[in-house]
Amino acid sequence: MRSFEQHLNDFTQRHIEIAAISVDSTDNSRKLSQEKGYTFPVLSDPAAEVIRRYGLLHPKGGEDGQDIARPAEILIDSSGTIRWENLTDDIRVRARPGQVLRAFDSTIGK
Amino acid sequence: MKRRHNILLWLGFVLVLLAVLTYIPIFAVFAVTRDIPWVNYLLFLAAAVLLAFGLRRAFGQPEIYRGKILGSILASLSLLLFALFCFAILYASKDIPASETAVRVGQPAPNFTLANWDGKQVNLSDQLKNNRAVVLIFYRGYW
Repeated sequence: MRSFEQHLNDFTQRHIEIAAISVDSTDNSRKLSQEKGYTFPVLSDPAAEVIRRYGLLHPKGGEDGQDIARPAEILIDSSGTIRWENLTDDIRVRARPGQVLRAFDSTIGK
Repeated sequence: MKRRHNILLWLGFVLVLLAVLTYIPIFAVFAVTRDIPWVNYLLFLAAAVLLAFGLRRAFGQPEIYRGKILGSILASLSLLLFALFCFAILYASKDIPASETAVRVGQPAPNFTLANWDGKQVNLSDQLKNNRAVVLIFYRGYW
């Protein structure tokens, strides 16, 4: 998320909006965003309803056994169709901004 | 004659500690050193070389160098720390459910309205109306 914030210009130039989603409360998301300086929306899904709807639930994956999201990046075009996604199998290895920008350029950007 | 301190053993062990402790605060921050933690592996490798030379002279020239017992303890601790590091990198961080249930490319993205941390409600279709695309980043959170 830090690297996406650093490359936010490349996204806004292309009219791509970024939004992060987790089960964190709005209070925790506020702390995180203010501490890290995130300027894109950091959304709260405390009951993991949206996470479940996207099929990205990690049941009991949290430290205290809460249901949380598994990491993923999903690119959606203006018609609401998913055009690209990155479903990592390693929580340390996330999509880099360049990957997402290339995916946009080759699918939606043309 | 007083035997000499075996500084290589301590240097090796300090490098092992550095290899373990620097990953999260420093090298995991940057994708190039995070995805494959090669800097930390190199630190472990350098530590192994120092410990090996230290042990070799402790056991090979015990009349000159100290460190038979200390070296064995530090080397065992180092092996343990290396094993824990590998477990975390190669196993624990991949311990997430398979992605078969996830929405697929070509499918419609389920619409939603969620609260941003500033209290504003964010709706996916509204975001899509005003932009060419939306990137959703799902993350585990910090609880």
